Amino acid sequence: MPRVYMDANATTPLLPEVMEAMRPYWMEQFGNASSIHQQGQVARTAVDRARETLAEFFNCREAEVVFNSGGTEGDNTAIFGVLRPGDHFITTSIEHSAVLRATERVAERGIDITLVAPLANGLIDPEAIRRAIRPRTRQTNQTKLISVMLVNNETGVVQPVEEIGKIAAEAGIFFHIDAVQGAGKVALDMRRLGCHLLSISAHKIHGPKGVGALYVRRGTPVEPLLVGGSHERRQRAGTENVPGIVGLGKAVELAMASLEDGTLERVAALRDRLEAGILAIPGTGVNGAGAPRTANTTNIRFEQVEGEALVIALDLKGVAVSGGSACHSGSTEPSHVLMAMGLDKNAARASLRFSLLRTATDADVEHALRVVPQAVEHLRALSPVAAGTAG
Amino acid sequence: MIESTTIAVAMSGGVDSSTVAAILARGGETVVGLTLQLWDQTRLAGKHGIPDAPKAGRCCSLDDVYDARRVAEQLGIPYYVVNQEERFERDVVRPFVSEYLAGRTPIPCSLCNDHIKFDQLLKTARSIGAERIATGHYAVNEYDATRDGRRGRWILKRPADLAKDQTYFLFGLTQEQLAHTLFPLGRLTKPEVRAIARQHGLRLAEKPDSQEICFIPGGDYKQFITAYLEEQGGEMPDTAGELVAAGGAVIGHHEGISSFTVGQRKGLGIASPTPLYVLNIDPVSHRVTVGADAALAARTLRARRLNWISIPELTGPMRVRAKIRHRHEPAWATLEPAENGEAIATFDEPQRAVTPGQSAVFYDGDEVVGGGWIV
Repeated sequence: MPRVYMDANATTPLLPEVMEAMRPYWMEQFGNASSIHQQGQVARTAVDRARETLAEFFNCREAEVVFNSGGTEGDNTAIFGVLRPGDHFITTSIEHSAVLRATERVAERGIDITLVAPLANGLIDPEAIRRAIRPRTRQTNQTKLISVMLVNNETGVVQPVEEIGKIAAEAGIFFHIDAVQGAGKVALDMRRLGCHLLSISAHKIHGPKGVGALYVRRGTPVEPLLVGGSHERRQRAGTENVPGIVGLGKAVELAMASLEDGTLERVAALRDRLEAGILAIPGTGVNGAGAPRTANTTNIRFEQVEGEALVIALDLKGVAVSGGSACHSGSTEPSHVLMAMGLDKNAARASLRFSLLRTATDADVEHALRVVPQAVEHLRALSPVAAGTAG
Repeated sequence: MIESTTIAVAMSGGVDSSTVAAILARGGETVVGLTLQLWDQTRLAGKHGIPDAPKAGRCCSLDDVYDARRVAEQLGIPYYVVNQEERFERDVVRPFVSEYLAGRTPIPCSLCNDHIKFDQLLKTARSIGAERIATGHYAVNEYDATRDGRRGRWILKRPADLAKDQTYFLFGLTQEQLAHTLFPLGRLTKPEVRAIARQHGLRLAEKPDSQEICFIPGGDYKQFITAYLEEQGGEMPDTAGELVAAGGAVIGHHEGISSFTVGQRKGLGIASPTPLYVLNIDPVSHRVTVGADAALAARTLRARRLNWISIPELTGPMRVRAKIRHRHEPAWATLEPAENGEAIATFDEPQRAVTPGQSAVFYDGDEVVGGGWIV
């Protein structure tokens, strides 16, 4: 049975070039990048080269790139590192849990929170962000930080971060972008985005798991999350994950190429074909329709279907998709993103995310289009969801 | 969908269901492991004396889901956790709480078996392409092709290991459910099951059995109900009232009827030359009647919401042995149909503590005739 992987927003496989780039740094070039000797210098060179690649990717200075363990650490560092008791923080109700749980935590520490809800199509309205800003004239609880994701992981909706960045700049507020899902799918240019902080993760762009980077604009006061040695200019202690950083650098290099070589257009065409094929099934609709979306993602609701059962049925038929964020699997609550967009619980639970790899093929889409309609029909025949209650 | 021979095994992370998965998977069947996530064990933890960290051996704790997943990994079978928390709360927890508040002694395992374990599990199994489910219950089901010259029925029988007999909790199974369910442990004893688990190298072969009601860590119903009601924005209704003797004389007061169950001896707070037992709980007047052990004995019981297994329906008197509690030795009785689709069992010998809210299950030899809920 062929297996088709359509859950790229959860994670992606290493590309062979990434594997090859990393290979020497496990055994032969094993040095500690902070060591003085030759082994250390070889490792240091590899880390610095990767930093150079990321600086090019971000259009920023090399000194503004901080390597870390991935998206969660970047998001957490931005929030815990910038906010202090008494500050006001604006973020959105559709962020990843790495932002939302950190937000809950700082709220307990005396930071005021405004969660901005999206429009029905999943877009954050920049004016809603502007309205949430508390002026600097007051001594306490003035807005210190805004955090908005570049691309929503569940719907693929691309947020108007450039406009939000302008609003933040006008008001003199720090701006963090969670670009974990956006990197490699949307061009990143720190000069245009106007952000102070931006997190990315390697494993979403065909790099290794457990490594990522945080862009920190020069002069942004960020308290490190991890303290210890003087790694990463004292912004992130811990021996550098040299093979991981090398892998991230190579993955970023390949992602930059794919932004310009027609890959995105090819993936978008496959996604559109998949989407059109699935929408031919009665009682289906796209969540986030009408909003700008990344090329690879479609989030589809299947009326009268329990999404959880459909995910399992498709998996057993060789199609790997997800009911929302992989970081939420097993939870009772339907997707907070779809609920924030105004879907009811049943509709949210009946929604599945299909996210294509950059390497997706026609054959993948054909297989999915053979399997999905059949599985949906089978489920609907079994449970006229009257029996579905709330769950 | 996938091959119609696929079997979905309900895996709780305990020895029994893990062994079922091992027997079937290593026996060459196509097996998918499912764990029903029914209750968030952290939800009420720490409230009103409920233990903070649930011990292992209780369904749905993270440890048990982990154990189930590790077994599935060891066997190389696909494994999924299916969330049924909302349904479980609606069909099991809320009825449990309201029964308790009404002065009855509820039996959530049977509700769970009726509404969740079999009904929902079978639906989930079918929706993912498995036509049959297998569980670790100790019971035997088999098809009887000819019976009284009539079309056959699926029969539910007591298992080889009578100490582990779970048929009392399974009386609600429909013919349809029985036809699509496997009980691979029915002809094994618990020690044999542990031995098989060891043979298959399951590292949880020595894991202790769970005893308590799965969603009540610590087993204190009143704690649970108090915490649950508080979470729901309500509070424990004041059901304090009089303790009265069998003759009607008021002999004391109590703090609330939910502290009592019919047949209970301890905790009455009354000095008496002879042991006193709870005879009756009146949910309206909150009056709790106590008296001597002998007064607990009843000759008849009435049951409602009946389900018949070995017979299509009860049309006339039938000699059965009736079991009225999990640990009750079935007692001879004559079962007769009553109005409103109910049934009355008249015991040969009066039985102690016939308790409203519990189920009565009727046996003909090893076979489960059927059962219902004691009125």
